[in-house]
Amino acid sequence: MNFSPALEARISKILGNYPEDRKRSAVIPLLLFIQDEVGAVTKEVVDEVSHRTGTPRVQVDEVVGFYSMLHRKPIGKYHVQVCTNVSCMLVGGTELYHHAAKKLGIGHKETAADGVFSLEEVECMGACSWAPAVQINYDFHHKVTPEKLDQLLDSLRKIQ
Amino acid sequence: MLYNQPSPHETRVLTRRFGLPNSASIDTYLASDGYKAFLKAMQMAPDEIVGEVKTSALRGRGGAGFPTGMKWSFVPRNSPKPKYIVVNADESEPATCKDRVLMEEDPHGLIEGTMIAARAIGSEKGYIYIRGEYRYLIDHMDRAIDEAYARGWLGKNIQGTGMNFDLSTHTGAGAYECGEESALLESLEGKRGNPRLKPPFPATHGVYQCPTVVNNVETFYAVPHIINMGGQAFADLGTPKNGGTRMFCLSGHINNPGVFELKMGANLLWMIDAVGGGLRSGRKLKAVIPGGSSCPILRADECDLAMDYDTVAKAGSMLGSGGVVIMDDTTDMVAVGLRIMSFYAHESCGWCIPCREGTTWLKKMLWRMNNGEGRKQDIDLINELSKNMLGRTFCALGDAAAMPTISLVEKFRDEFEAKVRPVMVPVSGPDQLVAIS
Ligand SMILES: Cc1cc2nc3c(=O)[nH]c(=O)nc-3n(C[C@H](O)[C@H](O)[C@H](O)COP(=O)(O)O)c2cc1C
Ligand code: FES
Repeated sequence: MNFSPALEARISKILGNYPEDRKRSAVIPLLLFIQDEVGAVTKEVVDEVSHRTGTPRVQVDEVVGFYSMLHRKPIGKYHVQVCTNVSCMLVGGTELYHHAAKKLGIGHKETAADGVFSLEEVECMGACSWAPAVQINYDFHHKVTPEKLDQLLDSLRKIQ
Repeated sequence: MLYNQPSPHETRVLTRRFGLPNSASIDTYLASDGYKAFLKAMQMAPDEIVGEVKTSALRGRGGAGFPTGMKWSFVPRNSPKPKYIVVNADESEPATCKDRVLMEEDPHGLIEGTMIAARAIGSEKGYIYIRGEYRYLIDHMDRAIDEAYARGWLGKNIQGTGMNFDLSTHTGAGAYECGEESALLESLEGKRGNPRLKPPFPATHGVYQCPTVVNNVETFYAVPHIINMGGQAFADLGTPKNGGTRMFCLSGHINNPGVFELKMGANLLWMIDAVGGGLRSGRKLKAVIPGGSSCPILRADECDLAMDYDTVAKAGSMLGSGGVVIMDDTTDMVAVGLRIMSFYAHESCGWCIPCREGTTWLKKMLWRMNNGEGRKQDIDLINELSKNMLGRTFCALGDAAAMPTISLVEKFRDEFEAKVRPVMVPVSGPDQLVAIS
């Protein structure tokens, strides 16, 4: 597979981080960074990572199911992740998640038909003191109210 | 960027560079005594460094509170194998959000901490294992690491001292279990994040079966300050055997939640009132989770205590990861129990049966209970099942799920009872049922 120059540079840097006979260590970082560019961990991605790290295909394949951020099917352009773990729950995280589901018309781990948004109810993301927290792709949003979320989602829909 | 206002009650040691203009840059770092501790450590024998860390009474900030100096002393320095430094930046214990702030504000502080640890154990290679969700921090730490290489603070013959040390970031991809150190090492080797059987411990058999020191981010941050101020001065900031300051992450029903650096041993009620701005108006304190969701919960009447490892342990809980969750009298404890168990059931790696099955059954029972479908005997069953999980799982995730649950059932039993489905019996007259419990 061919990737962007930035990703290629990242991949070679990552591969350089581990001893010669330990390139399997690069499997998870490569899967995640490649998924970010390609959109999903497809069969081709697994083959590519297997090839580049010299790791048997089955050993690459078996980690995909383990890590919650890796997915075999594409998700929305904007992946909306609402935390409902305890610190967030205490200050409205659960209501916020339900609000997002209603607004987007999709449920947990679902992607809207137009592919713009997907939704996930997630575990603690390390923003507990600024709860309730939402992550859209990799961007953190703190102290999110339903109104703030509406504005955020509306503005993302406009620019997509 | 700081996400909350600092508090005047903070003791700024680890956070002393917070808020400086460009606090993340190497120039700011060097201009504020940065990398000075490393140069000092290079004048010290490795044993002296370990000794200073022992004197400091620094205990691991990741959760278990193991004495850091002692952990370092377990590394066989004369082993012919390469030795590794691993930073646990997985930060996934619910209620914990401190490592993120530290790395964001002062990335070079972490680098310097790893360099000194490397000098102490004779390592030439380190990895910072950062959870995948913290993508911006991976880029941020990579930038700082590049800066350090460019200025000769990493790599070969650092600043002419003869020491070599390479450091790189490594990303996880979403798994709480990878915060457990042996699962983290598996993940670092490119595998599923299942824990390893211990012993052997990472100190002798870590990454690639080589001697390895694994410490939490905050633990490494303390190291340069210990070297600079001396172990005793650091120890004196805290309470006996509990040295230094601690990053506390206050969350929940308070007016001023945030991450604050306070002296180890600060009083919990004072923390809630003076630092956290007190409870929301008109509300009373009901309970506190003192150190992340794996810790037994404290009832309000148990909260007048010093927040250090030993005092909190004596009160039946743990200082844990520093995530302090404050709950007022509106909190539904059954709902809290369910949410906590849902997390552990989701995150159990599936490796051992008591944890995989136990968390799943407990979640189902708690769900029924929370939805008014539980039976009275389920309350004891939840308690018993949790107790049967304690100490019988491969790693401490099973304990982490069981401990808060036991405490919730035992301390707030009335709330569980109030949610039990009433048992209906027929009485005289057709189709008549009444509740008897
Ligand atoms: C299920 C589980 C999850 C853990 N998650 C983390 C974590 O996210 N971050 C962390 O530093 N330690 C975590 N730990 C503790 C580590 O296993 C280990 O004790 C710690 O990294 C040691 O560093 P310290 O001595 O500096 O605390 C976890 C432990 C368990 C059992
Ligand atoms: S509990 Fe929601 S971010 Fe930690």
